[in-house]
Amino acid sequence: MTDKLFGGPAIFLDRSDINTDEIIPAKYLTEVTKEALKPYMLEDLNLENFDPKGDKLKNARVLVSRENFGCGSSREHAPWVFEVNGVHTIIAQSYARIFRQNTFNGGMLAIELPKADLDRLFALEKEGEVGISVDLDGQNVIATAGGKTETYSFDLSPFDKALVQAGGWVDFADTRY
Amino acid sequence: MGKTIAEKIFAAHLRDEPFPGTKVLDLDRVLCHEITTPVAIADLEARGKDRVFDNTKIKAVIDHVTPSKDSKTALQAKMLRDWARRHQIKDFFDIGHNGVCHAIFPEKGYIRPGYTVIMGDSHTCTHGAFGAFAAGVGTTDLEVGILKGVCAFREPATIRVNLTGSLPKGVYAKDVILFVIGQLGVNGATDRVLEFRGPIIDNMSMEARMTLCNMAIEAGGTCGICLPDMTTVEYLWPFIKDEFESPDAALSDYSQWVSDDDASYDKVLDFDLTNLEPHVTYGYKPDCVKPVAEMAGIPVDQVYIGTCTNGRIEDLRQAAEILKGKRIADTVRGIVSPATPKIFSQALAEGIIQIFMDAGFCVTNPTCGACLGMSNGVLSGGEVCASTSNRNFNGRMGKGGMVHLMSPTTAAATAIAGVITDARSM
Repeated sequence: MTDKLFGGPAIFLDRSDINTDEIIPAKYLTEVTKEALKPYMLEDLNLENFDPKGDKLKNARVLVSRENFGCGSSREHAPWVFEVNGVHTIIAQSYARIFRQNTFNGGMLAIELPKADLDRLFALEKEGEVGISVDLDGQNVIATAGGKTETYSFDLSPFDKALVQAGGWVDFADTRY
Repeated sequence: MGKTIAEKIFAAHLRDEPFPGTKVLDLDRVLCHEITTPVAIADLEARGKDRVFDNTKIKAVIDHVTPSKDSKTALQAKMLRDWARRHQIKDFFDIGHNGVCHAIFPEKGYIRPGYTVIMGDSHTCTHGAFGAFAAGVGTTDLEVGILKGVCAFREPATIRVNLTGSLPKGVYAKDVILFVIGQLGVNGATDRVLEFRGPIIDNMSMEARMTLCNMAIEAGGTCGICLPDMTTVEYLWPFIKDEFESPDAALSDYSQWVSDDDASYDKVLDFDLTNLEPHVTYGYKPDCVKPVAEMAGIPVDQVYIGTCTNGRIEDLRQAAEILKGKRIADTVRGIVSPATPKIFSQALAEGIIQIFMDAGFCVTNPTCGACLGMSNGVLSGGEVCASTSNRNFNGRMGKGGMVHLMSPTTAAATAIAGVITDARSM
């Protein structure tokens, strides 16, 4: 059973190809616990109006970005740094394969939305703080800002859904193989 | 309908299809290093499942930070070392015997055509050079691989990349792959296998094929792959000579891992490389590539030759050819890391190490070193490195640093001139 919380305040990173070195620089890969990574989330990301030490990121529980999110290294430290900071839902147009698998393997959500939906979601941010909830069974993302609500449906492969429901790949594989 | 090599490997290793589109494969190799494995070990211990599925199929090395630089990296090394001993993993490489994972494991003959290989390292795609399906994975996939010997994949479609013509003098596998990534873009091969074909590949050594496949991930590819041929057999012969009567017999057996003529591809790309120029990256993404000539004159502070991309003997020979009898610029710090002890010894025997030292290079032990800024050779803010590695992400080699990726030949010429230089102009 999952212990993850899907949904909450969202932070928007309006750039494609955000890589694993930006998410968690290699110099922190010397840590051997997930918790130790907590202070370093997105430390090397240079983006306009983004402060890796700011309250906006600190309060975020959902991260929204563009194409090819999480490209680069295989380091699972990337989804882990989100996990230990309570960000269990990522929404993007597409992901690098290893990052996407790592996220589902940890029982978290890497939701893909088509560009048009994502554009609408980014536009919603202009209305104010965006709160997002995820209806996992119905496969819908519900986003609210400034009294406005929008719903986007998403696809989830049965395997990815099973991983999220099982709380990750180790539990799934251990039962089955 | 025929099958691609990747489809054949998937079919031969299929353990389970728990859901449509999800293939759980049996693994022939689970490779481990000290950065991504310790968390898997700790998790297995915490679950009371500190076991390994097969200690002969698991290979381990300490390579990213070696010798350890501080207490934290010493603990990572110790966790891997203790675990390898505990489970009697015979093929474990520590100080004195260790080298960069994607150089040392193939060098030991561990990778064979038709194998399935995973490692907690994105550049595991390197091993596709042997006609294996080799994919980088995270720590959780690694953990399940260690425990159960399986890994789940969406069956990837294959992009066939036909490389025709012949490479001009002074143009190498690194230039080819930088060019191809520039054409594909950093996510042009996501969820795809890149199958490299054509006369350019036929004429490449295994070392060059490894350089090529190493960077498949920089286009998002799950694996780069070359079909096994006599070059593959000859490289592996010392390790397989007891299994086969002759190299021809080995080749005939390996032909089961060759894509069928009527296999279907997601995409087929044709590049005639007869006029290819040496390439180099600019910016912070590996698909930002230009001919070296267009970047010539940009000053660099450090030149790094080594890594899983270009730290093999051929690479050192190519660099040494340029460096012989020359000194690197006073403004440049040159660092070379032969990728394995065998390569180091070979370079020593061939006089290559002396050439590097006479030119003013610092020669380090085999290690991943400067590539990812977590060991030696870290850049300061504002500094520039000409590097034979595979990633130029912002901050990769140290916060505020800039990395230009290039071939060993271009790196050597750049070291001498102190500015990005096309070796053919020297």
